[in-house]
Amino acid sequence: MLISLLRIFVTALISLIGLTVITFTISQQSSLPLHDYQSNSVFVQYFEYLGYLFQANWGTSNITGSDVLSEFLKHFPATLELLLFALLIVFVSGISLGIVAAKNRGTWIDNSVMGATLVGYSMPIFWWGLLLVLFFSLFLGIFPVAGRIDYQYYIEPISRFMLVDTLIGNHSYGMSAFFNALNHLILPAITLSWVPMAIMARMTRSALVNILKFEYIRTARSKGLSENRIIWAHALRNALQSLLTIGGLQISILMTGIIITEHIFAWPGVGNWLLRSVARQDYPSIQGGILALSFMVILFNVFIDIISNFLDPKKRRPLE
Amino acid sequence: MSFVSEKKSSHTKLLLLSFLACLIGCQPSIPIDSEIDSSLLVYCSEGSPVSLNPQTNTSGTTVDATAPTLFNQLLDYIPGTTELRPSIAAEWSINDKGTIYRFTLRDDIAFHSNEYFTPSRNLNADDVIFSYNRQRLVNHPLHNINGNSYPYFNGQGLAKLIKRIEKIDQHQVEIELTRPESPFLSILATPFLPIQSKEYAETLMKKNQLELYDKNPIGTGPFQYLAYEADSYLRFIRFDKHFAFKSIVEHLVYSITPDPAMRFARFSAGECDIMRYPLPVHNKLAAQDNTIETIQTPALNVAYWGFNTQKPPFNEPKVRQALNFAVNRKAIARAVYDNQAILAEGPLGPSSWAFAASQDKIIYNPEKARQLLQEAGYGEGFNLDIWAMPVQRAYNPNARKMAEMIQQDLLEIGITSNIVSYQWGTFLNRVAAGQHQTVLLGWSADNADPDNFLTPLLSCAASNNGSNYSRWCHPEFDKIILKARQESDIEKRKLYYQQAQEILHFEKPWLPIAHTPNNLLIKNTVKDVNLSPLGTINFEGVTLISKEDAF
Repeated sequence: MLISLLRIFVTALISLIGLTVITFTISQQSSLPLHDYQSNSVFVQYFEYLGYLFQANWGTSNITGSDVLSEFLKHFPATLELLLFALLIVFVSGISLGIVAAKNRGTWIDNSVMGATLVGYSMPIFWWGLLLVLFFSLFLGIFPVAGRIDYQYYIEPISRFMLVDTLIGNHSYGMSAFFNALNHLILPAITLSWVPMAIMARMTRSALVNILKFEYIRTARSKGLSENRIIWAHALRNALQSLLTIGGLQISILMTGIIITEHIFAWPGVGNWLLRSVARQDYPSIQGGILALSFMVILFNVFIDIISNFLDPKKRRPLE
Repeated sequence: MSFVSEKKSSHTKLLLLSFLACLIGCQPSIPIDSEIDSSLLVYCSEGSPVSLNPQTNTSGTTVDATAPTLFNQLLDYIPGTTELRPSIAAEWSINDKGTIYRFTLRDDIAFHSNEYFTPSRNLNADDVIFSYNRQRLVNHPLHNINGNSYPYFNGQGLAKLIKRIEKIDQHQVEIELTRPESPFLSILATPFLPIQSKEYAETLMKKNQLELYDKNPIGTGPFQYLAYEADSYLRFIRFDKHFAFKSIVEHLVYSITPDPAMRFARFSAGECDIMRYPLPVHNKLAAQDNTIETIQTPALNVAYWGFNTQKPPFNEPKVRQALNFAVNRKAIARAVYDNQAILAEGPLGPSSWAFAASQDKIIYNPEKARQLLQEAGYGEGFNLDIWAMPVQRAYNPNARKMAEMIQQDLLEIGITSNIVSYQWGTFLNRVAAGQHQTVLLGWSADNADPDNFLTPLLSCAASNNGSNYSRWCHPEFDKIILKARQESDIEKRKLYYQQAQEILHFEKPWLPIAHTPNNLLIKNTVKDVNLSPLGTINFEGVTLISKEDAF
C-alpha cells in the first residue's frame, strides 16, 4: 500500500518538475525578468524560480502591475464554482444515462441515448455553447446569455463563489439573488460538461453491459432479484472504480473546455484571465495561470489515483 | 446488502432523474429590484481596462472606462463633436507668440470620495500642476508609482514641449511652451490628461498606500468608482456633486464581454442597453430591429497600404502611383467593410476641417497602372511582400482578407506578391524597424487636430523607426506641416494643410484605403448617448425611458 502511494507521488512529482520547467521557460520570455535572480546561470535560476514559487511569489504582471498569485486567486473561485457544478452534471447525468441505456440495451431508448451522446462526443464546445444560448436564451428566453448574476444585484465579493456570496453577503435581495446566480450557472455548466458527460454515459453503459454478462449476474438473476437491484447493487458497484478513473480523466477535458466556456459566457474565471493575458503578452500571468491550472489537474489525478487504490485491492500490489 | 430494499433503490433513481430534469428545466421566478432597475444603465464593453488611470495607458478600452465617467480635463470636446469647450478651466488666454497659456479654473469642482479618502477642499491650481508634473518630472513622488509609464504624454513629446507650469493664484495656472504649438489645446482636451487630486495622493502617502492611487481612482467626473472585477464588470455610481450636470443614471455598469457574438446576444436579450464595437453583421441586424438604434459618427481614422519608400522599387514615385491605380478599393469596401466605410483620399477624412478635396480622385485603373510601371522601367513586373496586420481594428476589420484581394489585383498588372504576418507585437516592432516592403496598417486619431495624422504618420522625425511606416521623408512637406503646427490662425492652417495634401497626392507614400465610422448600438429605451469622432463615448445627457414609452 505504502509503495503504491509512493509510486503515485513520484509520478506526480515528475509531472510537476516538467511543468515548472515549462512555466520557467515562459517566464523567461518577458522582457523584464519575472524575479530578481542572483545567478546568471539559467540552471541555477530555475532553482531560484522554484524557491520564489514556494514563497508564494509568482511575480507581477508586466501589463497591469498586479501580483500574479493574488490575481489567480481572485479568478479561481469563479472557475471552481463552474467546474464543480459541471462535474456534478458529468457524474450524475453521465452515470444515470449510462444506466438507462444499459438497462434497455438494444431498444430504441438505448439507441437514442447512445446516438445523443455520440453527437455530444463530437460536438465542438464553442459551437455548442452558442447553440445553447441561441435556443435557451434568445429563442426561449429562460436562461441569461452570460455573466454570473444580473446587474440589478450588486453582490460584494467575499468568498468569490457567487452562490455562497449571495447567501452570506449583506444585501437586501433575499434568496432571489441566489436563484439568479444559480440560473446563470446552468448554461455554462451544461456546455462545459457536455463532452465529458457523453463519454461518461458511454463508458458506464459499456462497463455495465460487460459486467451483466458475468456468471455472478446470472446467479443473481436466478435468485430472483429484480433487474434494478442487480444493476444498482451488483453491477454498478463493480463498475464504479473504473468509472471513477474515467471521471478523473475527464478533469483534463473539463480544464481545457473551461477556457473556451469562460470566454463564451464572459465568465470571470481563470480561463478568461489566461486568454486576456495571452492577448496582451502578459508572460508572468501566462506562466502563473498555466502553472496553477496544470497543478490542479495533477493534484486531482493524484486524488483519484489514491481513491481508486483504496477501491481496488488488485491495484495495491507492491513493486515487483 | 440485503437490507437495501427494492423500493428504496428505485427512489434513489427517481431522485437522480428528477435532479437531472431540474438541472435542465428549473426556472425560479426572479423578482427584480425595480428601484435599481429604473436608474441602471448597462454598457456591454469589449474588454477589461488595463488601468483606471488614462495617464498610464492609451488603449481604447481604458479610455472608454474612465473618460466618460471618472475624470475631467482642463478642456474637453462638445459631446459628439471635435469642438473644444471649457471644462475645469472656465477660460483661457494665449500670448501673441503662442507660447504662454493662462488658464482660469472654476472654483466649484468637487472631488469624489471613497473609503480611503474624503476631500477637504475643491479642485484648485495645485491639482492641475500635480497632475501634469506627475507625468513630466522624473523626481515627482508619484512618477514611479504603478509602472512609471505615460505613453500619451511622452508620445506627444509634452515633457519637452512644456517649459514651465506655474501657479499664479489658487485658480490660475500658467503653462509656458518651448515653441508655439497650435494643437496644444486639443492635446489638453484628450482623455489622457485628466486632472486628479493632489490631496488624495498626500493622504495615501501618509498611509503608505500610494499604489492605490490608480486602482481606486478619485476624480471629478459625473460617476464615482464603485468596484472593478477584471473580466466581469466595472461599476460606477452617480456623483451628485458634479459641477456641470447630474445624470439621470444612478448606477452605471460596464459589463465586460470580449466575444462580439456573445456581446450582441447579451444586448439582444436585454442584458445590456448599449453595445460597443458591433460587427458589420450586427449593424445589419440592428437596422431591421425597431427596438435598436445605431449611433454613428464619422471617424477620425484611416486604413492604408504603406510602401517602404526606402526600399526599391518603392523609392520611385511612379511605382507608388501605379500601385495606387492597381487596387480595386470598391471591392475591398464591399468585402472587408460590408460597405460601412468610406473610401479614403488621403490621411485626413472629410470630417476633418483640414480636409482638402482633390481634383483627381484615386480610381481603379489597371491600364494606367501598367503604363506607369512601364514608364518607371518595371514593365515586366516584380515581386513584393504585403505585411498584413494580424489583429482587428475598427479601421481594418480583416487585413488578411484585404491583403488577399490586393494580391489578386496585383496579378493583373504583372506583380506577384506574398502575404506576411507575425504576432502583433513582433509585427509592429519589425515594421517600425523597416523590415517590410509594403504594409497594411491604420491609425486612429487621439485628438481632433489634423496634425495628429500628419506628424506621426508622415513626418521625417517619425520616419526613422517611428510610426511613419512608409519611412517617407519629404523636406518640403515637413516644413509645411511644421509651419501649420506653429500657426494659430485656422484659415492659414487650412491653406498649409491643403498644400501638404497636394504633395501627398503626387508623392503617394501610401494607398489610402478607408475611413471607418465609429458606431454603437443602443436600445431605444436609452436616449442621447453620444459618440465623438475620436471614438469616445459620452453619457452626459443620457435619459432612460420605460419600455412602454419607447414605442
